[in-house]
Amino acid sequence: MAGAAFYDLEGTLVSTNLVHTLSFYARRQQGLVSSFTKSATTLLSLPVFAVTDQYSRKVFNDLYFKRYKGQSEDRLRYFSRELFDEVIKPAVFPGTYELIEKSRQLGLRQVVITGALDLSVAPLMEHLNIKEFVTNRLEFVNGVATGRLLPPVMAAATKASWIRTYAEKEGISLSDSYAYTDSMSDLPMLSIVGHPAVIHPDMRLKQTALHHDWPILNLK
Amino acid sequence: MALQLRRKTHDSVIYIDRDSAPRIMPSGEDFILEDLPIGTRVLYPNPPIKGLPNREAAIRYALNHPHGCDPLFAQLEPGMRVTVAVDDISLPLPPMATPDIRQTILEIVLDMLAGHGVDDVHIIIANSLHRKMTEWEMKRMVGPRVFAEYYPDRYYNHDAEWADGMMKIGETKHGEPLSLNRRAAESDLLIYVNLNFVPMDGGHKSVAVGLCDYESLRAHHDPQTIRDSDSYMDPARSELNRRCVRLGKIVDEHLNVFHIETAINNRMYGADMDFLLKNEDDFTAFDRMKFEAMRFGMSKLPRPARRKLLHSRPSQYELIACHAGKTEPVHDRIVAKGFEQYAIPIRGQADILITGIPDISPYNVYSILNPLLVQVMALGYHFNFYRNKPLLKKGGVMIVHHPCFDDFDHNFHPSYIEFFNRLLPETRDAFILREKYEQEFANNPSYIEMYRRGNAYHGAHPFFMWYWGENGRQHVGKVIAAGAENAHVPAMLGWERADNLTEAIAMARSYMGNSAEITMLHQPMIGIADME
Repeated sequence: MAGAAFYDLEGTLVSTNLVHTLSFYARRQQGLVSSFTKSATTLLSLPVFAVTDQYSRKVFNDLYFKRYKGQSEDRLRYFSRELFDEVIKPAVFPGTYELIEKSRQLGLRQVVITGALDLSVAPLMEHLNIKEFVTNRLEFVNGVATGRLLPPVMAAATKASWIRTYAEKEGISLSDSYAYTDSMSDLPMLSIVGHPAVIHPDMRLKQTALHHDWPILNLK
Repeated sequence: MALQLRRKTHDSVIYIDRDSAPRIMPSGEDFILEDLPIGTRVLYPNPPIKGLPNREAAIRYALNHPHGCDPLFAQLEPGMRVTVAVDDISLPLPPMATPDIRQTILEIVLDMLAGHGVDDVHIIIANSLHRKMTEWEMKRMVGPRVFAEYYPDRYYNHDAEWADGMMKIGETKHGEPLSLNRRAAESDLLIYVNLNFVPMDGGHKSVAVGLCDYESLRAHHDPQTIRDSDSYMDPARSELNRRCVRLGKIVDEHLNVFHIETAINNRMYGADMDFLLKNEDDFTAFDRMKFEAMRFGMSKLPRPARRKLLHSRPSQYELIACHAGKTEPVHDRIVAKGFEQYAIPIRGQADILITGIPDISPYNVYSILNPLLVQVMALGYHFNFYRNKPLLKKGGVMIVHHPCFDDFDHNFHPSYIEFFNRLLPETRDAFILREKYEQEFANNPSYIEMYRRGNAYHGAHPFFMWYWGENGRQHVGKVIAAGAENAHVPAMLGWERADNLTEAIAMARSYMGNSAEITMLHQPMIGIADME
């Protein structure tokens, strides 16, 4: 039975995070005043995001994606290529390409599971030549974002659950699979594969990795 | 053993009698005092050969009077491409007091290259699948002048996993492939700066192993080769050496190698700790005071602090020979000089071999001697310190003294952890391990990235460590870990455990008989038992 390599994205394969994407779009509102206001409120929200991310990924997602409320789908998609070229592509860690290439040479299927938005992830997946990826998706009504996510919301245990279902459907052996993440919230995902590894972990995840003797990678 | 064998045969061989002082044994980061049974033979390292009075002059003489080729200066032309490869931090042990001999050689060689208009010069650390050296270690090894001029663009670690940086050189008629560092292979001249610490070092192994990739290495770092090396410290009887020589012939066909080899004496410690190299019966009051002070001080420190303290003591080795030129004639001379320092004539094998395992090995510099490394020091290095035939009888008992703590360095030895916890409970058979798991570990993307971008040993390295003990593992009847602080580490290694040395000797005697002949290697034992 074949294995797969499951990657978290932001902080793991690229140095950007959700806030970079939000800030990028905040700077590209219609009109200077609107751009300034959106950027300022995003900036002021950072401490709240930081605290809630430590507390609960779900609460973080609820708060974070509300910031997209009222944005037009066309606009978000229009700027996604620019977002990739200006923000995401330069943020890909040098070791990312090697890690994926080595993993691919082993015959592992390459799968990215991220809490980032589909419109910001797609160009990067094309760049990394990864065909299988699952992301979060904003809900749009009449072409305008509601600030809510369409289910399933990719975070914490949902990622693990998605991997299990995927593995069952595709005949993937989880014992022969690898998982990579930088975030403590992805602990369930690390726990279900045979070869978990952490990349640029925060203090809590690093302690967990040391406790479980998981490899700790640095792709910078 | 007949009584005649107990006659003193050499100054480095001592027999314990009723009046003998207790012996000092290293046991990890500790030093313990042990009373040995009367009649025990204790092997000490030979006294250090006096170092050369002017090592710069000796090095210059070697460069200008090489064996088998023109002097270095005569091979240089402006505009040529030169690579200088140097041995890594795995030797000598502990890292030597600055200036390191490699620094002295490099300063002389680089000045000579500059003086002849050679500007395209790279310095590569020949670390093979060992961990890459850190920036601080690299600076310490070559000194601030060379470091400032060459690091990081022209002074770096070899990367065996960088596909574009490797180049296939050829294959022996035995099917052993050889890929080498591309920069070294494509240079007009490859200068190898070696530091010979044990007879296994140097020679064709320097280039063919130090600058190769995993596929090349696995062709000879395998259990059968180690089994057939009797011992790998004895080049004439080492299958590993024969294979390296075969590969070396290919190297010589394709590359112009100018080999600089050095031999050092065995002065491991300076005045503060030199009593560890002495016969305890000859201790002065000052020696005893130094030992007690060290023991008292160490007893107040936690283990990591003791380790840090021991690793901060640089060794005091001195250069005793330097030769340069073609690899084989140079290496023959250096090995001969090395044996002059190391060889201790010994008559008669022992039934029981005792050795303390110090916190020193080629693979844990500034790190932890984890259980696999304890194994490699015991059944690999200490067992193999012989020439002609093993110091221990076939089926004899080896007693190692070490706490056998279950502790690993996550940065340096990540794949060791998985090897120890996942594979050893399944099998200790080196052939099965190689067949079933070696390539999985070698190709694990996480381990590859940790080797390339971090300071981790290659994913396959724990396998080589296990094979390294294969000769000893096949030879000994039993290994007893005395002083082991837990039961599971010795059990995982296939060893028995004892609380202390006395209990271990009693266990060994119950196996080998009460009249069993006991020999102890007095560590640090930089010596070779030259068996009759």
